[in-house]
Amino acid sequence: MEILWAVIWFAALGLVLGLILAIASKVFAVKVDERVEQICDILPGANCGGCGYSGCAALAQAIVDGKAEPTACNAAEDSVVGQVAAIMGVKAGDRVRMRAQVMCSGTHDLAGKKYVYDGAKDCIAAARLGGGDKICPNGCIGLGTCADVCKFDAIHVENGVAAVDYKKCTGCGMCVNSCPKNVIKLIPYDAKHWVGCRSVDKGPIVRKYCDVGCIGCRLCEKNCETGAIKIDGFIASIDYDKCNGCDKCVEVCPRKIIWSSTAQENGLIIKRM
Amino acid sequence: MLADIFVLMLSAVLIENFIFSRFMGCCPFLGVSEKPDTALGMGCAVIFVMTLASAACNVVYNFILVPFGLEYLYTIAFILVIAALVQFIEMFLRKAVPSLYNALGIYLPLITTNCAVLGAVILNMQKYSDMARGDSFIFSVLFGFFAAVGFTLAIVIFAGVRARMEYGDPPKAFKGMPIALVAAGLIAMAFSGFSGTTIG
Repeated sequence: MEILWAVIWFAALGLVLGLILAIASKVFAVKVDERVEQICDILPGANCGGCGYSGCAALAQAIVDGKAEPTACNAAEDSVVGQVAAIMGVKAGDRVRMRAQVMCSGTHDLAGKKYVYDGAKDCIAAARLGGGDKICPNGCIGLGTCADVCKFDAIHVENGVAAVDYKKCTGCGMCVNSCPKNVIKLIPYDAKHWVGCRSVDKGPIVRKYCDVGCIGCRLCEKNCETGAIKIDGFIASIDYDKCNGCDKCVEVCPRKIIWSSTAQENGLIIKRM
Repeated sequence: MLADIFVLMLSAVLIENFIFSRFMGCCPFLGVSEKPDTALGMGCAVIFVMTLASAACNVVYNFILVPFGLEYLYTIAFILVIAALVQFIEMFLRKAVPSLYNALGIYLPLITTNCAVLGAVILNMQKYSDMARGDSFIFSVLFGFFAAVGFTLAIVIFAGVRARMEYGDPPKAFKGMPIALVAAGLIAMAFSGFSGTTIG
């Protein structure tokens, strides 16, 4: 008999709690725009944070609320962006696919060190110790803080300089923000040439500490047919809109730091002269 | 009364810390302690749920289980009440306080069936069920609250340690969870220093 009462009381308790929850779910129902879920489903789902929101769900909400553009996801492929725009009922604007590029060529054998760093494996920590172990104040420290933040496993340190895996890189830009030296830039995916150096020191100083630093000699600037290369503060930079990929700058550069890329079936092949 | 509450606070937060001396709630302690921010969010959610669960279960125990002689079924009753309560809080917060829901939302379902919450409620029952109903309610709620504060303290300290360990370079076999467990053990040893303390 006792067990019967226990069963009855617990059934009653469960029923009451169930009823309360059922009523509460009606009373406290929150209308969720179904577009949020749809957009959330097609976004990459890596929660990389490259768009500036905390994750894909937050971005989907922001897109539906009109706070973000349908193209705001840097990591999505063009087809996905088109679908997002279609869900929102607008046309997606043109979007250039970007990729991260480490603007430094100073591997262990080429760039000089000022001390032996044996601390935490983190560029930000190393940058606080006199700006890192490389003498160059602008070069890649090569401890892989960018690799740690990459949600796509697309960046790895090779021989003291971070290198991007172009097959995996989505151009989300998280590595760009994480780098204490600002040595990673987003450039158009099909950019033919770029300058693998960010050193703004004068030529003779650069020569002392790095075999592959830009000395600001202006040879590339003078030889460029389209005026795409400009020297500003002893460092060459390329305007990717103007560059026609003629290889002149690559040939004349005495430091051999202008890189070229060739698009191939299985991604980009990059090389330095 | 005030002295009793002070003793209760010290013992719940430090001396009998849920994680480091009772070893309850180790799952969220290891799972949500990668960053101090998320650890604090989890801690706040636990404080919230544990306090309310202590209150609700005390009422259920004193007014339903005891009068009908069903004390021996407390485990089922408490799990039922806690799960329903957390569901209810989640729905209520989502509608009424969206900002709080956004801050705690993802953590709330995680602690629905957490042993720390159930443990706090059962300890309450064992400790305070002999008291008058009013006192028993007050002490249960306070114990739930301070035990959760102790949990928060532990998880935030541990998250701080883990954030530092990110930069460390332990041997390969110790990377990740093993070194985290070693660190947790060391903190637990530090907390065991409180265990000799007697108050009152």
